Amino acid sequence: MLNYLLFTLTIGGIYGLLALSLNLIWGGAGMVNLGLAGFFAVGAYASAIATGAGAPVPLGLIAAACAGVVAGLVVTFATLRLRDDYLAIVTLGFAEVVRLIALNERWLTNGSDGMSGIRAPFKAEFGPLGFNLFYLGLVAVIVALVWLALRRLDLSPFGRTLKAIREDQELAAFAGKKVLRFKLQAFALSAAIAGLAGALYGHYQTYVSPDHFQPLITIYIFLAVTAGGVGRPIGAVIGALLVVAFLEATRFVGEVVPGLQPVQVAALREMLVGAALILVLYLRPQGLLPERIPPAPRPS
Amino acid sequence: MTPLAQAILNGVMTGALIAVPAIGFTAIFAVLRYPSFAVAAYITIGGFAGWVANTTLGLGVLPVVAIAFVVAGAVGVIGEEGGLRRLRPAGALTVAIATIALNLILENLIRFGFGNDLRGYDLPLKPDLRFLDLRIGPQQIENVILAAIVMAAVFLFLRHTRFGKAMRAVADNVDLARLKGIDPQLVAVVTLFVGAGLSGAGGVLLAVDTSIDPLAGTRILLTVFAAAVLGGLGSIPGAVVGAFCVGIAEELAVLAVPATYRSAIGFAAILLMLTFRPRGLLGERAV
Repeated sequence: MLNYLLFTLTIGGIYGLLALSLNLIWGGAGMVNLGLAGFFAVGAYASAIATGAGAPVPLGLIAAACAGVVAGLVVTFATLRLRDDYLAIVTLGFAEVVRLIALNERWLTNGSDGMSGIRAPFKAEFGPLGFNLFYLGLVAVIVALVWLALRRLDLSPFGRTLKAIREDQELAAFAGKKVLRFKLQAFALSAAIAGLAGALYGHYQTYVSPDHFQPLITIYIFLAVTAGGVGRPIGAVIGALLVVAFLEATRFVGEVVPGLQPVQVAALREMLVGAALILVLYLRPQGLLPERIPPAPRPS
Repeated sequence: MTPLAQAILNGVMTGALIAVPAIGFTAIFAVLRYPSFAVAAYITIGGFAGWVANTTLGLGVLPVVAIAFVVAGAVGVIGEEGGLRRLRPAGALTVAIATIALNLILENLIRFGFGNDLRGYDLPLKPDLRFLDLRIGPQQIENVILAAIVMAAVFLFLRHTRFGKAMRAVADNVDLARLKGIDPQLVAVVTLFVGAGLSGAGGVLLAVDTSIDPLAGTRILLTVFAAAVLGGLGSIPGAVVGAFCVGIAEELAVLAVPATYRSAIGFAAILLMLTFRPRGLLGERAV
């Protein structure tokens, strides 16, 4: 039971990182990333491959973040000049292509069998319970660091410029801001965080396969960010924990509604996720913790 | 030479099938100004509505396409007009995200009712026709003819009926259309019905070509998007041209790369097009 709780919290923390990643571009600059699951996968595979080739785990995490940046640049270089809906379509396609590559390039990713035996740091030394505790602590520290950094970023000139771009791109450009460069940097940073989250996931599970990176994860994270509050980093983290709790709660659907086939229970759970997202968009689009917009300084 | 010609022929066949849902997607985009990701579910729902009509009532392909059009169109209106209309003031991206959630719900409703199995239509098997060393199935020819009829109907509707003109007017400029006494609300409803209906009709054609399962629409979605983006988002003739381009490109690419990468071709086509000519072949603007 304790292990289950630790596991759920760790996954919550990893989803929290993904939510922070999405919040940075969506809440920050008004861009969407419908391929979050793809960046998550890129990070997981990058770290698994790097540490499999003998690199230490911290280097694997860095490799994952770098792979995320590269993927982010590939996805955005063609679309950032265009309307936002193009980015939505391209990122959605990107996640699918990542899954195809993971499935087909057996020499790199071992195909649909997945990569097993990914190094779990200190698992042998700490034992199962100790490892779970240690890893939860590690994830919590990384989430806290990323959160602090993003909050700092939010209040910096960079963050203010992003919000100006979100509100009115042309006005921001008119004010002399290099809109494209800011968007590119924000998306690359966001992709790096998603990649890092993927690496943490891989080293925790010690096994990744294309099935782990379903588009459904992207929907979970959108639910987390909208529920927590778009534009507030802490809201994203809380939203992610709420979503994980909600997902665990839907496990009991099968017991509440008797006489269902397993496939029907699975379908019902996914329907609940979709309904929750639409409901949140309707009832509380600003989320539990609405964005705080500091008052403009008075002209002196 | 023959494999090349066969690939182009297959590409034209695929393109004709893709064009039907691509028109639906691009029409919804033109009038309502958001990409509706629920098109995937409409394709699947059409395919299943047709499968039920075909296997329980024993209907042929033509009436089945009509039934799928109406069922998917009704689901589209209920879902996006009934369910998501109030979200539209929040912006196109919010609605687009909500359509992903709607897609998830609809897809799982199908899964709930029919399970994950592949279903095939109950149609007579006919041997392939051969000419000049090329193979072609009679069913494929029938599908292409049906797709052509559906497309012709859409073009006649848009070009020659008052309502078609109203739709084009709203797509062009909502405020001016309203000034002329057109009700954008009504146009939105009809566009959703036609757009989702076309996706459903396309679902039947795709299902007849292969089979149908709850994820059929999601698998084909990227190719549909590629057709619409290649032709220019919001342009209906563009969607048709784009569909043939993507269809042929996919079949040609399969000569060189593993067939499992088929849907990645659509993605590559989107990236290339957006890099060099973002407004697409026949579109007007993309910025």
